[in-house]
Amino acid sequence: MKAKHQRLMLAGLGLVAVLGASGLALSALQDEAAFFYAPADVAAKAPPTDRAVRLGGMVEAGSIRPQPDGVSIAFVVGDGKARVPVTFSGIAPDLFKEGSGVVAEGRFRADGSFAADNLLAKHDERYMPPELAGKMAAAETLEQ
Amino acid sequence: MIAEAGLAALWLAAAMALMQLVLAALGLRMGRGVLPDAPGSDRADGAGETAAQLIAGVRPVAIVQGVLAALSFVLLIWVFVVSDMSVQLVAANSHSAKPMVYKIAGAWGNHEGSMLLWVTVLALAGGAIAVLEKRLNVATLVATLGAQAAIALGFYAFLLFSSNPFTRLDPPAAEGQGLNPLLQDPGLAFHPPTLYFGYVGLSVAFSFAVGALVTRDVGPAFARAMRPWVLAAWVFLTIGITAGSYWAYYELGWGGWWFWDPVENASLMPWLAATALLHSVTVLATRDGLRAWTIMLAVVAFSMSMIGTFLVRSGILTSVHAFAVDPTRGSFILALLILYIGGALLLFGLRIGLVKQGSTFELVSREGGLVLNNLLLSVILGIVLIGTLYPIVAQAMGTQLSVGPPFFNKTTAPIALALFAAMAAGPLVRWRRDNAQALLGRLTVPIAVAALAMAAVFVFAPDAGVLPILGLGLSFGIAVASVAPLWKRDLRRTPLFTFGMVTAHLGIAVSMAGMASESAFTVERLVAVRPGQITQVGPFSVRFDGLRPAVGANWSAIEARLTVTRGDGAPLVLRPQSRFFSAPSTVTSEAAIATLFDGQLYTVLGASDEGGRWQLRLWWKPWVTLIWFGGGLIALGGALSLVGRVRRERRQPAAREAWQTAAA
Repeated sequence: MKAKHQRLMLAGLGLVAVLGASGLALSALQDEAAFFYAPADVAAKAPPTDRAVRLGGMVEAGSIRPQPDGVSIAFVVGDGKARVPVTFSGIAPDLFKEGSGVVAEGRFRADGSFAADNLLAKHDERYMPPELAGKMAAAETLEQ
Repeated sequence: MIAEAGLAALWLAAAMALMQLVLAALGLRMGRGVLPDAPGSDRADGAGETAAQLIAGVRPVAIVQGVLAALSFVLLIWVFVVSDMSVQLVAANSHSAKPMVYKIAGAWGNHEGSMLLWVTVLALAGGAIAVLEKRLNVATLVATLGAQAAIALGFYAFLLFSSNPFTRLDPPAAEGQGLNPLLQDPGLAFHPPTLYFGYVGLSVAFSFAVGALVTRDVGPAFARAMRPWVLAAWVFLTIGITAGSYWAYYELGWGGWWFWDPVENASLMPWLAATALLHSVTVLATRDGLRAWTIMLAVVAFSMSMIGTFLVRSGILTSVHAFAVDPTRGSFILALLILYIGGALLLFGLRIGLVKQGSTFELVSREGGLVLNNLLLSVILGIVLIGTLYPIVAQAMGTQLSVGPPFFNKTTAPIALALFAAMAAGPLVRWRRDNAQALLGRLTVPIAVAALAMAAVFVFAPDAGVLPILGLGLSFGIAVASVAPLWKRDLRRTPLFTFGMVTAHLGIAVSMAGMASESAFTVERLVAVRPGQITQVGPFSVRFDGLRPAVGANWSAIEARLTVTRGDGAPLVLRPQSRFFSAPSTVTSEAAIATLFDGQLYTVLGASDEGGRWQLRLWWKPWVTLIWFGGGLIALGGALSLVGRVRRERRQPAAREAWQTAAA
């Protein structure tokens, strides 16, 4: 094989690899990307129940109810416009509390409630999920 | 005064970098065609002499730059050690009551300090090249140091104009705000510097590539000069990723060892590129093949470390790693990224056509195997890159989404398995050309072992899932294949770098076995218990004995006492805690982990309910420790190769010079 042909072949293989990776990645993204919902979005349009999504907002004051099994909780996430009931089994993050922001990962049920398998809360006063920073600012403006 | 001295040292270092760039550029321009080592010239006139003088200045300036940057960083540590609260950075990130090790680590546990560390390592690397690299063509070396100075200048500008670590606070703060408790961990002291050594090592490889493009001197000599830096960068990245993974595992209390968090991906992508580069540079050094591809990979690897720095430091992502929320900083790093990568790609496009074609090889050959390795690594890299950047692009277009483990596991795992299978075969293929049938013959034993192991796992644990069964089976096959190159060899005469390769490949097999076992056999229990209650998890029974308070230097805690027994064995006591830090005021969970020879029992204490029950989350993770043990083996293999290569280079100066004369 001539040197020039080999270089062309290698360049071609590289291109195929890059295109293959992009194609595979983009097609998988269609199925696996978790979209972000705020309670207002849920109220406006019924969310899908067949894929993992994220729900973000404020944990409403007085809404956290421990369940009898001792390891599950139910609470309500709101954004000033709408409210979504959420259930979660597991150890809630240390900074998960009423009146503070949360992002729940999980799925919507057919009745519009949300089954969370993971909760993300603020790590410390300097950390906040970016999706939430915008919503929190909006919520604070509403309160005033 | 200390802070001012640090700032002055930083300015001087920046001035040295500028001087280094100017000297290198002028010297190369004037010396074009007249430098003794430059291809095709033996002219000697006035221009040549001036050029030689300019070029002679580059090495000392690079050394002084390294010393000044190091001085600046040492002075920053100093103000942290003495808790000088009149320095804004100290007041914002430290606290006088913090243990000393975290005061020191606090110097780089923030945006400004970590960027100063970055540029310090960069400058020290430049100084090290200037001192150590004696064999490379002088013109290429000078171009390399010039490129290194150009990179450093961007970062000096970034520090001095938008992230000055030495800014004073007037009036001084009475007390510091403390360091994020999640970062108050011995792991922090080593994790960021390790990754930075890796990133910066790749910048050195990049500078070598730019230097080689400038002088069109892409050949085995250049590859041999670049290889130790790629190896070193790769070893540090491996250690950084392994340590970061273990840190996330025990510190976050979520029981997972890899979350496909964008910040983790930011360290994985340079590693993937460096792994590919490491293998292609070997082809270039040994067989003078893959010239353009190796240069391209060096550019890609550095781009990935720049993208990593950008993702982590710009505040575009939020995590414990993202200190900066100032958008101008993000724009600054983005501008640097575009400038360097765009510039390098432009240079590549303009120059690569002028680089002579390297040697060719057959499809079934060691070279062919390494090309396959590079292609598969590039595919994985492309997927991780797209998955990491997609949410940012989507957000810019008005859609909020996240891309997590389901995406990455589904897309990368099958390709990684193919890559590992190719890795098993690679070292058993001969250079230049080989016979496919003979190769298959050499692979009989590993294939048989893999098939047997898969069958065994399927019989004993049919529910393990397809990927874990394939992974566990393959890991046994790979383990056998990776030591096969030592078969029937005189071990005393086997070069150290061969042992390095064997160790690193074996490390992949060990780590993969750990990952497959963890994902297939982990047992998890989530319970609410009263004191005295017993919970079964896997082969263990865990008794919750009760709670007691505990205190540390800057925290207090509630501590649970768990008595763990396995069969008739002696009981173990584990004490998971819920810690309250006072500065800044934060609560964290401290998991308690029992490490046994065949895995880890991982326990986390949760909240209590009104009935006096406490939440406990318990995991039994068989063989999970193999993941990090394998990572350690991979890094050790890299280190052995590095030592082996450097020793061989030292021992064979004559051969090298003979080669250079022949090439010229």
